[in-house]
Amino acid sequence: MTSVSADQRQQLAYVATQAADARLNVEIETEGMTLNIGPQHPATHGTLRLVARLDGEQVVEAEPIMGYMHRGYEKLAEVRTYPQVTTLINRIDWLGSFANEVPFILAAEKLMEVEAPPRAQWIRTVLFELSRIANITLFLGDMAVQLGALTPVFMAFRDREFVLNQIEAATGGRFHPNFDRIGGLKDDLPQGWIDDTKQTMEKMRDFCDEFEELVLGNEIFQARSRGIGIVPAEVGLAYGLSGANIRASGVDWDLRRDGHEALAYDQVDWKVWTHPDGDSFARYWVRLQETREATHIVDQLLDGLPSGPIMAKVPRIIKVPAGEAYAATENPLGEMGYYVVSKGDLVPFRVKIRSASFSNISITPWLLKGVYVPDIITILASLYFILGDIDR
Amino acid sequence: MTAATVMSGLLAVEVPYWASAIIKVGVIALVVPTAALVLGYVFLLKMMSFMQSRLGPMEAGPYGTLQLLADGLKFIQKEDIFPAKADRTVFALAPLVVLVSTFLIYVVIPTGPDAVVAQLDVGIFYALAVSSLSVVGILMAGWASANKYALMGGLRAAGQLIAYELPLVLAVMGVVIQAGTLDLQKIVTAQAEGEIFGWGGIGNPFILTQFVGFFIFLVAVQAETTQPPFDMPVAESEIVGGYQVEYTGFRFLFFFMGEFGTAFAFAALAAVLFLGGWALPWGDLTHWGFNIAGPVIMLVKVLAVAALIFWFRFTYPRLREDQLQRLAWKFLIPLSLVNIVVTGIFKVVL
Repeated sequence: MTSVSADQRQQLAYVATQAADARLNVEIETEGMTLNIGPQHPATHGTLRLVARLDGEQVVEAEPIMGYMHRGYEKLAEVRTYPQVTTLINRIDWLGSFANEVPFILAAEKLMEVEAPPRAQWIRTVLFELSRIANITLFLGDMAVQLGALTPVFMAFRDREFVLNQIEAATGGRFHPNFDRIGGLKDDLPQGWIDDTKQTMEKMRDFCDEFEELVLGNEIFQARSRGIGIVPAEVGLAYGLSGANIRASGVDWDLRRDGHEALAYDQVDWKVWTHPDGDSFARYWVRLQETREATHIVDQLLDGLPSGPIMAKVPRIIKVPAGEAYAATENPLGEMGYYVVSKGDLVPFRVKIRSASFSNISITPWLLKGVYVPDIITILASLYFILGDIDR
Repeated sequence: MTAATVMSGLLAVEVPYWASAIIKVGVIALVVPTAALVLGYVFLLKMMSFMQSRLGPMEAGPYGTLQLLADGLKFIQKEDIFPAKADRTVFALAPLVVLVSTFLIYVVIPTGPDAVVAQLDVGIFYALAVSSLSVVGILMAGWASANKYALMGGLRAAGQLIAYELPLVLAVMGVVIQAGTLDLQKIVTAQAEGEIFGWGGIGNPFILTQFVGFFIFLVAVQAETTQPPFDMPVAESEIVGGYQVEYTGFRFLFFFMGEFGTAFAFAALAAVLFLGGWALPWGDLTHWGFNIAGPVIMLVKVLAVAALIFWFRFTYPRLREDQLQRLAWKFLIPLSLVNIVVTGIFKVVL
């Protein structure tokens, strides 16, 4: 045995890794090509960049690169008073804006130890479900257009309009309602709104029926989505998937039922939908069923809407006592939570936003290994992310 | 009998060869853009809009009829951009190759007893042969663009067009066996003068006996013209336009015209092969009046077939590349072979 000094050993190890890297590089360079999907690509609906290493049409590995739309909401929230923060966080998941406000307000209410009056809680829940419907309706059309069917997306936009009209009628804002307040809501419902909303829910149930036949019943859609992008339940849980993505893998977990927030879900009779397959088809199926279920939730809530005040007693200038609180709700995209740290000022000391898409997209490198290029699009569409929800 | 005799018959003057050649070229050069415009307006703009609960263009001309002209003008104004690393000659030629292949199909399509540019004895053979030239143009475009998306689109197109050339030809074989000729003019006559078990009331359009062939032909045409559900070469949501991705201005317009012109040409071929072409089953087929009525009858039938093609286009999602190949090789080709065998047996027995 020849003795090798520590320096030499280090040098040899360095040379060996260099050689190994070079060999690896040569192998990869000769085999495939690197395809940049995004940040400007129609399938990423926003500015997600996906670096895919391809072997022909097959993906060797793919890596999502995010941050092109980072707007620094967590930092911005630190210099805004609590009521002002809701205008910002409306824009996180811009398709279901009202749902973004709710968990933040709930966290703030926890810190202030106020609770919204029952009527406010019920209307909150109604608007929450309406934004879920508005959000997922677009997904139902969008995934079809990603798979090449042009028509469903127009139907989705058309029928989503009815829901947006109702949100606008109640809150004054179609996209960014900014309606939720600490201790209640800004206004009560306008006259006649309940009947109009019930009619709209009728229309949305028809829409769901139509899409069940038009898209889910289509052989090509099934051929493109069944068995594509299968997420086993334990892998999905390990990556922190939430919402319909994890329910499509057979995990029966829904914060509306399993969470402990002050919303009116325990007052109505509804069902959490799951699907055992975990593939892209299952994710679409679960979302479609959830949309229909949401219309039933809205109907029941409107039937039993309690009377009473819309605001609890809160001071005009809101100073949140020192402390920490976390509130999470089942948003259209999955679990959304706000961890709010207060030092007793007008502004929060720190806000940590847990958004669903950020975790949902993190599974893509695992999921995209070995699939074909068209399946990248199917999988990305079925995971359903909103860029604002990834980058915040 | 050629177009020259039509003109001489109508104008009662003898048309010299050079003049008739110019007229023919002029007619084809007019027909292809017009066909592309008609299909683009009627189906792409209007039918698609109505299916998607919107109005489509309404401002340019009555009911937006001039929208495509406006779009065409806009395309011509655009800068003609060459990508820095593109193979300039090939890049510039590729759209022309696609368009030329479209032009060449029109040459043999008959629209009346004499209203045809060139009556070839092997008309259908020629039409299918020149139609597959377009794949060369698409491959050129995909390669010369020096773009990965374009290259993937070009390769997908090559695989797809070659796979669907076979069912297309085999589907036509049934008609050829039944008519006993490759001449498109004689195929039309055979249908108009045919009889169904001795009853000649509506002639014998081959769609009645060759419905399997008609189905395969339509599916293959859908793939040949790269329309959904077979639009992987241009798939916007995957490879953002494929081989067209680097093209701008009038070169892009050429691709557009090629796509819709080819769709029109294939619809015309389907009308000739399966729906009886320009002829009606009544009256004297050699009467000169059919030279006037023929194009109108053809147009009606072509639009009917095109409506089917575009209905599929706006309804179905896109298949995946491997599913497309499986459909061609494992389903369409065996089916068309069975169709040929059955047709052959009936031809011999009856």
